[in-house]
Amino acid sequence: MSAKTLYDKLWDAHIVRVDDTGTALLYIDRQLIHEVTSPQAFEGLRLAGRQPWRASANLAVPDHNVPTTEQERAAGITDPVARIQVAALGTNCATFGITEFAMGDLRQGIVHVIGPEQGFTLPGSTIVCGDSHTSTHGAFGALAFGIGTSEVEHVLATQCLIQRPSKTMFISVDGALGAGVTAKDIVLAIIGEIGTAGGTGYVIEFVGDAIRALSIEGRMTVCNMTIEAGARAGLIAVDEKTIDYMRGRPFAPSGELFEQAAAYWRTLVSDDGAVFDRVVHLDAASIAPQVTWGTSPEMVLPINGQVPDPAAESDPVKAASIRNALNYMGLTAGQPITEIAVDKVFIGSCTNSRIEDLRAAAAVAKGRKVSKNIKLALVVPGSGLVKEQAEAEGLDQIFTAAGFEWREPGCSMCLAMNADRLEAGERCASTSNRNFEGRQGQGGRTHLVSPAMAVAAAVNGHFVDVRTL
Amino acid sequence: MQPFQNFTGVVAPMDRANIDTDALIPKQFLKSIKRSGFGSYLFDEWRYLDHGEPDMDCSQRPLNPDFILNDPRFSSAQILLARENFGCGSSREHAPWALADFGFRVILAPSFADIFFNNCFKNGVLPIQLDSEQIQSLFEKAGCATPLQIEVDLSVQLLTLNNGDQIPFTVDAGNKQRLIEGLDDIGLTLQQADAILEYEARRKVEAPWVFA
Ligand code: SF4
Repeated sequence: MSAKTLYDKLWDAHIVRVDDTGTALLYIDRQLIHEVTSPQAFEGLRLAGRQPWRASANLAVPDHNVPTTEQERAAGITDPVARIQVAALGTNCATFGITEFAMGDLRQGIVHVIGPEQGFTLPGSTIVCGDSHTSTHGAFGALAFGIGTSEVEHVLATQCLIQRPSKTMFISVDGALGAGVTAKDIVLAIIGEIGTAGGTGYVIEFVGDAIRALSIEGRMTVCNMTIEAGARAGLIAVDEKTIDYMRGRPFAPSGELFEQAAAYWRTLVSDDGAVFDRVVHLDAASIAPQVTWGTSPEMVLPINGQVPDPAAESDPVKAASIRNALNYMGLTAGQPITEIAVDKVFIGSCTNSRIEDLRAAAAVAKGRKVSKNIKLALVVPGSGLVKEQAEAEGLDQIFTAAGFEWREPGCSMCLAMNADRLEAGERCASTSNRNFEGRQGQGGRTHLVSPAMAVAAAVNGHFVDVRTL
Repeated sequence: MQPFQNFTGVVAPMDRANIDTDALIPKQFLKSIKRSGFGSYLFDEWRYLDHGEPDMDCSQRPLNPDFILNDPRFSSAQILLARENFGCGSSREHAPWALADFGFRVILAPSFADIFFNNCFKNGVLPIQLDSEQIQSLFEKAGCATPLQIEVDLSVQLLTLNNGDQIPFTVDAGNKQRLIEGLDDIGLTLQQADAILEYEARRKVEAPWVFA
């Protein structure tokens, strides 16, 4: 038999049927659901008089709209439209027999944080969610991708999706990362290299020493932002770290069944000699801490870089993009990144809100103070369980002593659907994944960085190389 | 879904790369639990000078005079012309809902983000990928004083410009059929329920932990 990529193995294992045009009916093992992209899907089921095909294959959680202050959590969501949406999720889950971790449940959190944390995300499975950052779960050697609301309804009703196979890309990050350089910097550097449309039509498998050396949480950070490179999904092969991570998780198999599953999971690697449609190599040692300067994640530079000059760009479409971005971001060509002053700092999101992210942030915050120039510095844990763990380790004390606010779990200022947001013109060092215009609030200016770099910016009031602190 | 009919429409040129779904429909409108009514908020932050909120009466809001869709020549455009990586970012289907609700039925771009591309077909919107030179030449024509009109014929996969130029395009056979017939995907898949049950029965033996 010919050598298969990991993607081929996952794809083949989930085909229900292929028609003569090559379009497959693909079986979906798991679906994660949140309040924003599901109400119309449930409504569709209701109107057609349909039931979920397999209710237990779904897990729901409100995250995008939930408030992150204790007061508002206790008093109920102030925004009436958001309140209705969160309530609708509860009603829909109750009606259709779907497990939900509602607000107030310790297990509530960002959908892509709780899936792995609960062991609901299984290696080798197909996982979807009405959310583009579903790519996160690829860190487990699972085929995981975001879908629209019509497809959410399709999966609820049929447990399948109509799909065509993707092309495959092999991205190898060779060698070892330098000190102070993280998974976030790897993925930002990759996006800088291939561009935000570089992965369109592909599923990317990340390989190489630097990827293998990452913890499972670091791997999730890399896969999380695969979508920012335009790819449908990211993948990382299973190894013993993956299997150890799964052990003892509430939704993971246990006992004999776990060992049986683990034996299968160990086969979830690309075979030697498997052929990919595109191969990219990056040298880990040459990656510096990254900071985005513009309004697309590909507009990224190492911390010692300077904001580009549109006059130096020969492609007129790119030059126009740079000009638009400089204008929106309030930056001038040639400005050193380290001279950009920030107003707010956000540590959180499904990219960087897990316990290791908070530890890395706290390690920099310890014994330091948030600069007087910073209006607000937020730490928003990815889930209630992450929050509990961080508190048990005293991280919350470190953050609050340094002048950060310590909040309840949710998406928060990643997309600013709740009260946590930027005002027009405000500049933010953010550990999230998108720096689009208005993403963190209309007129807000986002710079994407790692947790350590976000804290470094918070204590200095401008971007600095965390390696020099 | 309504079947996709051939039509002739005005082209609105939006000369920008990487138009993301946050720009297409800002997050505050995602709080709605309805599927309709998003057209008035399409490109909200670029289209209006004030800050939009759900359920606002848009007829009273101050328009951004520099925004292309506020130009009377393009206010009833049915074809949107854009640059690379159109529809990148969030998976929100609210983006094609808003485009369709506004009246757009075809998007022309050199490349599209995957999830958005898929979502379009579920909502009667046809995304057509053309090469960069073709897109460039369309931008040059669409920017003229008289708007460019294109006749879209999905059945033979052909665009005919009002100057007589013709541009053939490709579309996945399954997607084409679904658009033309206005089919309900779920109904079609459920016709294969036996195959799904068979698959599940096999997987329960091979990978029982998935079903535990
Ligand atoms: S944290 Fe941000 S990117 Fe992640 S699911 Fe929430 S809104 Fe989306």
